[in-house]
Amino acid sequence: MSDMAAQSSAPAELPRAKTDWLPLLLIPALGLLALPFVGNPSTWVTLTVAGLAMGMMIFLMASGLTLVFGLMDIINFGHGVFISLGAYATLLVLGPLAGWALSDSIGLNLALLALCILVAMAVTALAGAVFERVIVRPVYGSHLKQILVTMGGLIVTEQLIHAIWGASPIPIPLPQSLRGAFVLGDIVMERYRVIAVVIGLVVFIGMQLILNRTRIGLLIRAGVENPEMVEALGYRIRRLFVSVFIAGSALAGLGGVMWAFYRQTLTAGMGMEVMVLVFIVIIIGGLGSVGGCFVGSILVALVANYVGFIEPKLALISNILVMALVLIWRPQGLFPVARR
Amino acid sequence: MTEPLLQLSGVHTHIGPYHILHGVDFAVPAGELTMLLGRNGAGKTTTLRTIMGLWQASSGHIRFDGRDITTASTPDIARAGIAYVPEAMGIFTDLTVRENIVLAARSGPVDKNRLDWILGLFPALKRFWNLPAGNLSGGQKQMLAIARAIAEPRRLLLIDEPTKGLAPVMVRSMIEAFRALKSSGETILLVEQNFYAASALGDNVVVMDDGRIVHSGAMSDLVADKDMQQRLLGLSLDAHQ
Repeated sequence: MSDMAAQSSAPAELPRAKTDWLPLLLIPALGLLALPFVGNPSTWVTLTVAGLAMGMMIFLMASGLTLVFGLMDIINFGHGVFISLGAYATLLVLGPLAGWALSDSIGLNLALLALCILVAMAVTALAGAVFERVIVRPVYGSHLKQILVTMGGLIVTEQLIHAIWGASPIPIPLPQSLRGAFVLGDIVMERYRVIAVVIGLVVFIGMQLILNRTRIGLLIRAGVENPEMVEALGYRIRRLFVSVFIAGSALAGLGGVMWAFYRQTLTAGMGMEVMVLVFIVIIIGGLGSVGGCFVGSILVALVANYVGFIEPKLALISNILVMALVLIWRPQGLFPVARR
Repeated sequence: MTEPLLQLSGVHTHIGPYHILHGVDFAVPAGELTMLLGRNGAGKTTTLRTIMGLWQASSGHIRFDGRDITTASTPDIARAGIAYVPEAMGIFTDLTVRENIVLAARSGPVDKNRLDWILGLFPALKRFWNLPAGNLSGGQKQMLAIARAIAEPRRLLLIDEPTKGLAPVMVRSMIEAFRALKSSGETILLVEQNFYAASALGDNVVVMDDGRIVHSGAMSDLVADKDMQQRLLGLSLDAHQ
C-alpha cells in the first residue's frame, strides 16, 4: 500500500506514538550537572563541544555494529578492523592529493575530506562483503564461534595492514583550514571537532530517515525483532543481512577516517583500541537501536570529557560507571529494541 | 476432479532428533475453510511451519497450486501466495499498526478499497493506526496479524490458533471476521483448539494426533457425530459451548 493510501483510510485525529524523551533528557541534564563542577562557563562550552565531537565519532564507528548486532544477531569482534582499514584508506587519497591538504582553500580541504570518506567507505564496504562471506557466514547462529572467528579475522586483517603499509605508525596531516579553532570570547572550539559534529549529525539524521521513512528501513527494524516473520512475508532476509553488514562496515570506515584525522596518526590497532567504547555505547543504547547508540555515544563522550577535567583519576572508569548506572535503570539499554 | 489448492502427501518432519510428523496426507480445496484440529502436541503447528518452509520436510511432498514447494524457501512460498499467521502472531511490536500493514504489502501500494475492507473487518485497528503494535491488546494483535496476512490478495491463508487466549467477545468477533473472509472467497487452513469456533466456521476438517492424520472429511459430519468428537478430540461440541 502506498503510505498515502494507508494514511487516507485512517481518521485524522488518531493518536500518535509517544516518544520516549527520558533518555534524551539525560544529555542536557548531564551538561547542567557538570556546569557547577567545571566552574568556568567558557571552559564548560569547550568541553561540551569536544565531548559532542568525540561522541559523534564514536557514533559513526558504532552505528554499523549496533545494526549488525540487532538484525543479524552477530557478535562481530572484527568490527574494529573496518575502522582501521577506513583510516588507512585515507592514504589512498592523501598520497596523490597531498597538495590539497596543504592548500589554504577550505573548498579543496573539504573536498579532500569528502574524497577520503568516499574512498574509505568504498574500501570498507568491499572488505565487509568479503568478511561476511568468508568469515561470518559459516558461523551464523553460534555466538562463541562468531567471537573466535571474527577475532581471528581482525588479527589477520591487522597483519595485512602491516604487510601493506608497514608496522610503524603513520602521521597524517589534518587539512590546512581544518586546523586551529573558532574562538568566541573565551570559548575555544576546534574546527575539526565542529566538522565532526556536523558529519555525525548528518549521518544520524540520514540513518533515522532511512530507518523510519523507507521500506528498507522498515524491513531492518522488523528484521531486528523477528527475522523469521519477515521471511514469511516474502522478503529475503539473507540479502538484507548482507546489505546491512556491508553498510555497517562502510560506516565504520567513515568513522575510521574521522578518527584518523582526529588522532593524526595511523596504527593498525587503532580500531581495536576504540572497540571497548563502541561496545559500551551499543550496550547502553540498546542492541540494535541507532537512536540509543547516538545518545549513548554522546553520554559516554561527555562524561569522559567532564570527568577527565574535574577528576582525571576517575576518567578511566567513568564509562564503566555510566554503563552500570544506565543498565541498573534500564537493563535492556536506553532504547530497548523488541527482540525475538 | 479438480486438484486441491494445497496437497500434502506423506510428509515427514524432523526437528533435531525428534520425528514430529509421520507421513501427513491431506488436501485443502480452493475457496473453502479447512480446520486442522487436534490435541496439544499433535503436530498442527509443525504442519503449518512445514508448509511454510520454516521447517523443512524430511520426506514427502507438498504441492501448492500444481507446483511442488517441498524444498522451496520461505520467501518463495510466501511469494507463491501463501500467507502465514503464527500462533505467537509475529507482529512487529516496534512498528506501528500502519507500518506492519505497509510492510506486508510486498508488491507495492495496497488498494485503498482493500484497506477499507480490512479496517471494516477489524475496526479496532483504526484507533491504534499510528501507535506501536506493542501497545495493542492480545485480541487486537491477533486482528493485526490477520489484517497483515490479507494486506494484499493471497491464494491461501495459514492461521495458527487465532482464538487462543482471547476473551469470548473477542472470539465471537474473530469468528465474524473469518466468516467475512470465507464469503470473500479466501482459501483458509485454520488450526484451532476451540471446537465451537471450528464447527462454526469449517467446511472441512482434518484431525491430527501424534503427528498423523486420524480423520479428514466434512465438518458437518464431525459436528453431527458426538461419538466421533469424543473419540478424536476427547471432547464433544457441547463441552465448548
